[in-house]
Amino acid sequence: MSNVPSNLHYTKDHEWVKVEGDGTVTVGITDYAQAALGDVTFIDLPKVGKQLESADVFGTVESVKAASDLYSPVSGEVIAINSSLNDTPDLVNREPYEKAWMIKIKLKSAAELDKLLDSSSYQSLL
Amino acid sequence: MSDELSRTPLYDLHVELGARMVPFAGWEMPVQYSGIIEEHLAVRNKAGLFDVSHMGEARVRGKDAAAFLDAIMTNEFSSLQPNHARYTIMCYPDGGCVDDLIIYRIFKDEFLICLNASNAAKDIAWMNSQVGNWDVQIIDECSQWAQLALQGPFAEKILSSLTDLKLDTLKRFAFVIGEVAGAPNCIVARTGYTGSPGFEIYVPAAQGSAVARAILEKGKPDGLLPIGLGARDSLRLEAGYPLYGHELSEKISPIQAGLSWTVKFSKPQFIGRDSLLRQTEKGVVSKVMIYSLNDRRIARPGATVFSGDQAVGEILSGTLSPVLNKPIGTALVASGINPDTLTVDIRGTRLPLQITQIPFFK
Repeated sequence: MSNVPSNLHYTKDHEWVKVEGDGTVTVGITDYAQAALGDVTFIDLPKVGKQLESADVFGTVESVKAASDLYSPVSGEVIAINSSLNDTPDLVNREPYEKAWMIKIKLKSAAELDKLLDSSSYQSLL
Repeated sequence: MSDELSRTPLYDLHVELGARMVPFAGWEMPVQYSGIIEEHLAVRNKAGLFDVSHMGEARVRGKDAAAFLDAIMTNEFSSLQPNHARYTIMCYPDGGCVDDLIIYRIFKDEFLICLNASNAAKDIAWMNSQVGNWDVQIIDECSQWAQLALQGPFAEKILSSLTDLKLDTLKRFAFVIGEVAGAPNCIVARTGYTGSPGFEIYVPAAQGSAVARAILEKGKPDGLLPIGLGARDSLRLEAGYPLYGHELSEKISPIQAGLSWTVKFSKPQFIGRDSLLRQTEKGVVSKVMIYSLNDRRIARPGATVFSGDQAVGEILSGTLSPVLNKPIGTALVASGINPDTLTVDIRGTRLPLQITQIPFFK
């Protein structure tokens, strides 16, 4: 069974979103997504400063089996990326919700958060 | 072909073991259990058990069996001794491949052929269409066998504890027939598709699951793991073994694939001989190359290969080598291109292909 922490928000594309409360969010992919991908070998992340619109492709996660696009859950500016994933992409398999966060985004509009799924809505998609 | 997926005799065992099941060549097969990289390394360092029961089998029996195989296969079978097996290609007259096969000589006049799952029906139909006046019978035994592959440095130790068959003196590509884990009439061959030492075991279908369970149980203390198709692919690519539909096909001949050693031009006639001889003498338009990438991105089948701005080929197979910890694979590249100039386009980025002549794992 997939782990779906109740304190996070989700998208139907299997990204998780942590609302930090200071106008920023942290984004990664869910336990379900990492299990479906299998062993992750490479993660392509955007540069800090990149402007994203909601549903833009912000990067690629690659496993032994396939490469999958990553979609931005919200609009805003990339203010940090997790560079430790360059050397240890398998963190995504081991700790998808903690150490394997991917990007932090400064929100353009807090109203977009209302469109995200809560944990029980996301769980019901799996 | 029907849309209904077939299940091997080990299906329930895969589900019990928590395998992720995927459709493959018309079969519902385990792609992974614990993870492709972990499974791959288990085979290299300890042992792994594969269910390869999706592979097909056909028996060729009759006074002309050896001569018939010599006439339709690229390799030679009249010279093969009973209790030995040989790898071969079966070609069309134009040199394209019907399939690649391992053929076991059971008796003087009887052979067992291992067929690729996706080609089994096509192969049997093709062989039947070639029988003509030969005194041979071709018997479809696809549903009669479970096939297991036990591979890795501890394979012999584990299997020896489950059979009285003499394995320590069994040479590569030799086989014995007897009881394994209580199942009679098993064929145990020292062959494999991983590059690591080990065995392929043909078990009567009804006993397949019980034999697999016995091997898993006996191998547990040595670190034996069940292995899915994902690691089967990365293992065979490291070892440089072709997979039909990738490095060999109706469009890619054994000469292009670098498998000239399987083509015995010393035989006066066999299907495909004229075309393959012409390719050998005049050269081929394109050939299969083995590459690695100094990157983390995997080149996927179909990705375009460039030399400068010119498209000169395509990727046939690609995976991550857990032993090298970098992407490896094969590409079909036009002849006469300097290998040092080759790049592959991965989602808009051109990465240099490091071409190598020898497999990554021997």
